[in-house]
Amino acid sequence: MDQILSLAANNLLSPIILSFVLGVAASLARSDLSVPEAAAKALSIYLLFAIGFKGGVSVAAHGVDAKLGLTLLVGIILSAGLPLIAFGLLQVMTGLSRLDAAAVAAHYGSISIVTFVAATSVLQSSGITYEGYMVAVAAAMEAPAILSALWLISRGGSERRMDSDLWREILLNGSIVLLVGAFFIGWITGEEGLSEISSFIVAPFKGVLCLFLLDMGLVAGRGLRSRSGVLKPGVLAFGLLMPVVGSSLGAVFGLLLGLSTGGVALLMVLSASASYIAVPAAMRVALPEANPSIYLTLSLGVTFPFNLTLGIPLYVAVASALTGA
Amino acid sequence: MKTHQAKRVEITIEAIMQSRLTDALSAAKVTGYTVLPVLGGSGRSGEWVRSGEIGRASGMVQVVCIIRPERLDGLLDAAFGVVDKHIGVVSIMDCDVVRAERF
Repeated sequence: MDQILSLAANNLLSPIILSFVLGVAASLARSDLSVPEAAAKALSIYLLFAIGFKGGVSVAAHGVDAKLGLTLLVGIILSAGLPLIAFGLLQVMTGLSRLDAAAVAAHYGSISIVTFVAATSVLQSSGITYEGYMVAVAAAMEAPAILSALWLISRGGSERRMDSDLWREILLNGSIVLLVGAFFIGWITGEEGLSEISSFIVAPFKGVLCLFLLDMGLVAGRGLRSRSGVLKPGVLAFGLLMPVVGSSLGAVFGLLLGLSTGGVALLMVLSASASYIAVPAAMRVALPEANPSIYLTLSLGVTFPFNLTLGIPLYVAVASALTGA
Repeated sequence: MKTHQAKRVEITIEAIMQSRLTDALSAAKVTGYTVLPVLGGSGRSGEWVRSGEIGRASGMVQVVCIIRPERLDGLLDAAFGVVDKHIGVVSIMDCDVVRAERF
């Protein structure tokens, strides 16, 4: 236990997590600190390209093993199944309407790619390796949760159809296209491709991630400051409990799959995180009557900071203990 | 200078709905419109600023159309088919234009 807490504490004090904390603190203190919109977008494009590319290079180097397909399948099952658990918990813990509960549940089946990127950085800092194809698992876990949420709504007697525009919104949103595209570029070009651009996508990665998380901290803090009133205690408690439930399931499946320590930690992170980019956009189209203040504040203002500050260090420490690393 | 009466319709709508709205307008043969970015604002969902948005889920845009008065109902029918259940504001104003043949 002491070892787990020690490892968690070390990861908690990493520059990337402290940068996020700085952003939240500055925002809550009403500082005028801000990252220009275009710069924030450029930082996110850089991070998605770098993480996708490096994942592809890793797969090229180590080859495709039999676990790849199974891990993808498990990712899809988790993404589709977690909203059902989340929906059940929301009905027990909160007084949210069926519509709002389904919309919130969708966010908790899908994933936060920024949390995933931060987790990979923490793993690298700790010298813990992970399967390169976890990037593809992250991409595969974006969409199934949305279908589960729409199914939950249709069971309540309200029919919601998936039109082609919505499918395009989910499957071809910029983040997914960039992440998957960079993954395949890395896979095709391999180590040789990486060596050509390593000074651009390897060396500056952590510094860029610090700046991006500073901005994410500012955004999360701003959301908390202006919209925290919409979260009743039960909803707030759900935002802290669900990552623990999700990460536990991720750990079980990661161990069953025989993933490495880093792989188990990343599956825990993916299962624990909540979307705040792809799913909110899909929910605005598919369930416009659901209250965006609830699901955005919960996923971005509560679960994201929890995962980034306490969750990732704990998930890495627990995965290390479970796999005996 | 001679001027002509027209209607100016401003539809402030979620950014995510922009292409659906403009597609519906085009289908209704309303091919002239201008899309403006909205920097921020405040409404029933609280205050927001564009620089604090990280996805397309909660930003807003404004679609402005100027059309001949007799075409107003067609435009509104097309627009409402898309924006009816969504956050946003639709306003209609009388205006004058100089070159009527362009509308």
